[in-house]
Formats: sequence, structure tokens, C-alpha cells
Amino acid sequence: MVDKPEFWRWTESRWTNPDIDWKGKVITSGIDVGSVSSQAVILADGELYAYSNMRTGSDSPDSAMKAINWAMEKTGLKLEDIVYTVGTGYGRVNVPFSQRAITEIACHARGGNFMYGPTVRTILDMGGQDCKAIHCDERGKVTNFLMNDKCAAGTGRGMEVFADLLGVSINDVGDLSFDIDKEPPPVSSTCVVYAKTEATGLLREGWPKNKVLAAYCSAMAHRIMTLLERIGVEEDFAITGGISKNKGVVKRLEKEVGIKIMETSKYDPQIAGALGAALFAKALYDKGKK
Amino acid sequence: MITMGIDLGAKNIKVVILKDNKIIAKSNVLAGFEVKKSALDAINKALKEADIKKDDLDKVISTGTGEKLAPFYDETKSVVGCDSLGAVFLHPATRSVIDVGAEEGRGMRCDETGKILDFEVNEKCAAGAGAFTEAMSRALEVSLEELGPLSLKSTEEIPMNAQCTVFAESEVVTMVHNKVSKANMARAVHDAMASRISSMIRKIGFNKDVVLVGGVAKNIGFVDSLNKDLGLEVVVPKDPEYVGALGAALAAAGWKGGK
Repeated sequence: MVDKPEFWRWTESRWTNPDIDWKGKVITSGIDVGSVSSQAVILADGELYAYSNMRTGSDSPDSAMKAINWAMEKTGLKLEDIVYTVGTGYGRVNVPFSQRAITEIACHARGGNFMYGPTVRTILDMGGQDCKAIHCDERGKVTNFLMNDKCAAGTGRGMEVFADLLGVSINDVGDLSFDIDKEPPPVSSTCVVYAKTEATGLLREGWPKNKVLAAYCSAMAHRIMTLLERIGVEEDFAITGGISKNKGVVKRLEKEVGIKIMETSKYDPQIAGALGAALFAKALYDKGKK
Repeated sequence: MITMGIDLGAKNIKVVILKDNKIIAKSNVLAGFEVKKSALDAINKALKEADIKKDDLDKVISTGTGEKLAPFYDETKSVVGCDSLGAVFLHPATRSVIDVGAEEGRGMRCDETGKILDFEVNEKCAAGAGAFTEAMSRALEVSLEELGPLSLKSTEEIPMNAQCTVFAESEVVTMVHNKVSKANMARAVHDAMASRISSMIRKIGFNKDVVLVGGVAKNIGFVDSLNKDLGLEVVVPKDPEYVGALGAALAAAGWKGGK
């Protein structure tokens, strides 16, 4: 059997803050076990110390372990050094070393608040198998939210299907989708299966790959717009999750919304949920000590 | 009087030729990407089988997603209108029709003449159409023809969580990892689809007799799941995929039920 290249594979990441020495500090962590990716975030005295972002395996406890081990790699940290862990994401109850589970909506708002500052009022989390629009206050507390977790259109999974179909690495989709003469009309924005059929037809008609990618990116932007329309967008507006790395979708969405999207933070935008969980872990630890 | 009905579906093109309300020829050709050419192929095949020429046709009605792509036609007619007419012709007691095609699902209620009273269409989501079973047969590595009979051998009802075809593909992979038998997985797939179709039909309500048409009606696993879900036995006519084209040909002949 010939191995087919895996175009859908996105780049995993890890980071350690070189300016922090964790020794003697209160170490808390947050683990976000999503359907497609898992993240671990480690805080030292409430400051971002290290994180990892990797693919979720078939087993949630195992994915949680792998993520935290990778985040701790070469830091000298051991699991025993972490005083409090909060799990979040769809596998949140399956984080073996956690003390609590908190929904990803609350965690994303909290993490988004930390990453983008207190002016953020709308956070759009574009994840692997769902998409959430969250309104929050200046402290990162959720005031309202809407989510689609029923349909692959408008989620990372849909983009993976397209990357595979067109044989383009998912990391390059955004840039390539702007390498076109004229913006094409979007393909079906309601169903990935139909969009795929349409795209195959367009390729047969002789459309270049990039143009088909543009048509899909704009279909995805369109789909997410229908979610945002229902809840409304209040400024400042920030995007987290894997799709936020895809400029092809983000720029087109920005145009549809008509509101400027905040510059992505220097951290991996996929860690927002785990970061929020780690911040909750710190707060819960402090509360328990009082 | 000789009439022709052409049904240009998302996946297949069906043609029926009627002479004095008797079917004298029918053909079915894959639509592919050159729909116009495939439509012409299907028409020529049917004309050849009926041993007549294009000029012998008194009237031609085209229906289906691609109705305007037929090489020639006198009129177009809605799919639900054609479905109900065809179903009433084959089974006069028909009062509800469910049509599950490759990319669309439809439910309708009609009177004894085949006139539509109410209908509901899903053309937005593959989970309520043949595309769903196709994707699942690929994920299960079982041919579409085998999927139905396999489902009847199931020993356990396993609910599927995913409501989306793409997510269901991942769920099937998880089931494979959990060593769920292929028969039970096939059943889960058909139950999931039946539940989508039944929730669509429940929106408009249904009256007996319920007739199931469209290509997916040939899948006995799906029919079984749908019967269980609706709590009745749907009537599946012979050659259920031709009912839309038959209805179009009947409409061209001015046929009405209940007479």
C-alpha cells in the first residue's frame, strides 16, 4: 500500500517562556481535550509559562497525558509539581490528573480575555469540530454564546476534507486562496459533502486549485457569518482556534462582518481554552487556600 | 398518446416513456459531470427501447434538480408533484410519499388525485440523503448493495451521535476501533438516516398509505429502520427510482388519479 500524503495535518507547537523560572512558584495547568486537537497550558504564579498544542488521539486520557508531558518537556517540571489542573473541551471529564472540569465556553472567554486584553467583547472560536461565538465582559466572564457542533460546514474538519481533496497542505490553504485573478462565488456553505461534489465539478471544468480553495474559504466565512448574525458582534472582536490561522477564511470573514478582527496574539491561538482552564485552576487553588 | 418524463437527479438521470398510460420504455444513466450529454444518452436509450423516434413524442416533461439541463422538453414540473403522481398511479391508496434521492430528501402529503397538500424538502444536508449511506459504505468498506442486507443481521441497536455525514465518518472509525460488528454499524447508519427522514416527514405529518420512492428505497436496511421509526410498513414500489420520471410522463399525458 502506498502511503498517501496527509495534507490535512496541521503543525503542532510547543513554547516555554524563557524569562520565567518556575521553581518556588505556584504551578497550575489547564488541559483542553478537543475533538481534533489537545492543548496543555502551564502557569507559574498565574503567568503563562509553557504550552503545547497537538493532535488528539483516539483516547482522551492518553491525549491529555501526551499534551501535558510535551508542555513540561525540558522544563524539569513533573506532574507532582502541578498543584491544580482544570480540564476542558469535549474530553474534559477524561483528564486523569485534573481536579475539576469546566466547559470550554467559559474557558475560551477567560483565555481570550487573557490573550487579547479586557477590551474583547466577542470571541469566535473556530475549532476542529465546532464553532462558537461567545460574548464576554471585561473580566472574561461569558454573557452569551451560540455554537454549532452539529455540522462540519464552518469547522476545521471541513477544511481538512478540502485540503485532502485538493492535495494542498492545510497550512498553505489561506495564502493560496488569495493567489487568484478574481474572487469566485462560494461553493455550498451548508454541507461539506455537497461542497466537495461541487468542487470536483469545478476542477473538471478547469478551475485552478487556488480558485476552488478561494470558493471554499468564502463558503466557510459565509457559514460562520450566519452564526455571528444570530448573536451579533460587539467590538473588540477576536478569533481563536485552529481556523484563525487560516487567513483565507479570516480576511473574507472580516470583510463580511465589516468589523476589524484583532491582530492574533503572539501565542498559538489554539491554546485559548486550555489557557482559560489554567487561569481557573489558579483561581480555584487560591480560593482553596484561603 | 405517447409521452416522456425525464428526471434529472443529482446522481442519475431517469427517463420513462408512456403509451396510453402504459410504460413502454425506461432508462437510467449516471449523470456524471456532462449532464447534458448523459441526458441525451438516457433519452436515446429509452427511445430505442420503445422503438420510436423523438417526433413520435406528443409531450415531454422534465423534472429534478437539473430539469433545465434536459436537451428538449415542453414543460418542467416540480419533483414533489411528479413523485406523488407516480406513486398514486402505482399505488392508488397513496396519501404520503417519501422520496430519498442521492442528494435530497423529500416528504409530501397528497390527495387521491396525486395533488400535493403539503411538502418538506431537505436539499441542504447530506445526512438525510443517499450521499450519507454512500459515505458510510466507504467508511465501512462495504459495498452499497451489501449495506442493506448486512444491517438486517444486526444484533444490537447502537445510537449514532453525529448528525453530520463528515462527523459520522469519524464516528464510524471510532466504532471500528471499539470492535463494533459491521452489521451493527450498518444498522446504526440506517437508524441515523431514518431518524433524519422521519423528523422531516413528521413536520408535515403523514397519512396512510406511505409510499417510499427514490434510489435509496432499494436499500432494505434503510427501509427496515424507517419502518421501525415511523411505526408502520412503508410501501416500496418496484423500480422506486423511476417514480419521479414516471410522474413527469403521467403529467405530460394529463393523467390524474382517483378516476
